Amino acid sequence: MSERVLIIGAGQAGMQLAVSLREDGFTGSVTLIGEEPHGPYQRPPLSKAFLSGESDEESLELRSPAFYVENNIVVISDEQVVEVRWDAAHGTAVTSTGRLIPFDKLALTTGSSPRRLSIEGSELDGVLYLRDMADAKNLKRRWDKAEHVVVVGGGFIGLEVAAVARKAGKTVTVLEAADRLIARAVSETTSEFYRAAHERRGTRVRLGASISRFVGDGTKVTGVELDGGEVIPADIIMVGIGVIARGELATQLGLETVNGAIVVDSHARTSDPRVVAAGDAVLLPHPLTGDGQVRVESVQNAVDQAKLAAKTIMGGADEYRAVPWFWSDQADLKLQIAGLSNGYDATVLRGNPDDEKFSVLYYRAGRLIAIDSVNDVLDYMAVRKALGNGQTIPADQASDTSVALKTLVQD
Amino acid sequence: MPNVTYIQPDGKEITIEARDGDSVMETAVRNGVKGIIAECGGACACATCHVFVDETFMDKVGGPGDLEDDMLDGAAENRTDCSRLSCQIKMNAGLDGLRVRIASEQV
Repeated sequence: MSERVLIIGAGQAGMQLAVSLREDGFTGSVTLIGEEPHGPYQRPPLSKAFLSGESDEESLELRSPAFYVENNIVVISDEQVVEVRWDAAHGTAVTSTGRLIPFDKLALTTGSSPRRLSIEGSELDGVLYLRDMADAKNLKRRWDKAEHVVVVGGGFIGLEVAAVARKAGKTVTVLEAADRLIARAVSETTSEFYRAAHERRGTRVRLGASISRFVGDGTKVTGVELDGGEVIPADIIMVGIGVIARGELATQLGLETVNGAIVVDSHARTSDPRVVAAGDAVLLPHPLTGDGQVRVESVQNAVDQAKLAAKTIMGGADEYRAVPWFWSDQADLKLQIAGLSNGYDATVLRGNPDDEKFSVLYYRAGRLIAIDSVNDVLDYMAVRKALGNGQTIPADQASDTSVALKTLVQD
Repeated sequence: MPNVTYIQPDGKEITIEARDGDSVMETAVRNGVKGIIAECGGACACATCHVFVDETFMDKVGGPGDLEDDMLDGAAENRTDCSRLSCQIKMNAGLDGLRVRIASEQV
């Protein structure tokens, strides 16, 4: 009997895993199941082009329905796997409709869900999150009528929404609990640049903000009350305070998890070799050095890990090695990040943030490990290539903008 | 709806009816055209949807914007005067019959 692969989670990683199995010549059955009412689609535009109206639902579709049929990939939508177990000879998934799906190999691409705020008023109508298409439609439905938008959390998603709202002429306030924006992902220089850049465009940014409650008229939210009593009016509140890995099914199977994140090795294998996992839900060995474990919440990681997981299912022994990269579009500012800056001990600033075109290069023990580039594609591309080749750029020369970074790359 | 023809890296041609307003990249990826990777999903952030536009269409398609121009400098296969990132070309009736050759190296 030919092998049956079940992929749970129909996001970017799940879709890629299914497609890669077929591209690599897998001849068994491939079933991709997701709880959303439609097939796999792109999530990144939900906080950008979809919200601004530049793209619609159909244009976000990752593959056409006909593509899955032609490639013999069974896509099951609007159905959640509630239980998964190994029987003697094979595994079985039980769905929310009571359907039983048998499998021989399992892939978990379960993704993540937004961290929820639980404070007084957090259940009021108009307190919104943004992760999936349903969230985005919910936000968009209220968008045109909303004059006052408050964003809770100064991370990528919150700042992207803030930028779209401001461009649409709304009054926008970003509330961030930490003393700088995007603190988890970028250096102080980049954080400070984004604070100033958003304020230049008319968004109010409040750092060190401590929220006491959301206030409303009984059903609908009308504002945010800060400690001290100040109330900021809000027609909608978009909460973007991070995500939690969805490791419930992994836990059911007794797989190793850390804070819900599914632990995988460099082959995308979980602690049970019959189960692979990829994407946002995963805690993986550092993709460049192999040292330590990281979570990488990005399209790039979902795609590259899924490709590797497909090879592992087919018996391959390749190890995961990929340059992490990421982007965030906020107003006319394109941030591109290559590498992982975790654990850096020095930075080099290249260019002038006041020009809204600059880069920050991150070093550890004298070696280049990452870059943030704002509106500077050439710097970003040079570093991405260098990191992929295991190369570096001397820190003492990197700040000279009269010299192209790519000419400074060395082993 | 306008047709677009892709010449895939393996030399095979495939013609697809595009939705008005969809990009040349989106049309390709959704329909499983080989060779267009489009890692960033159309944000002009990755240079993995590099195509060479048929010369006869260059006037209608136009050249790259500033950011795209820089991205093309970093593309895996060397650019030519007909290079574009296909995520930045939106299909419309005026582009019916468009032909693009997909760069063989994207990453």
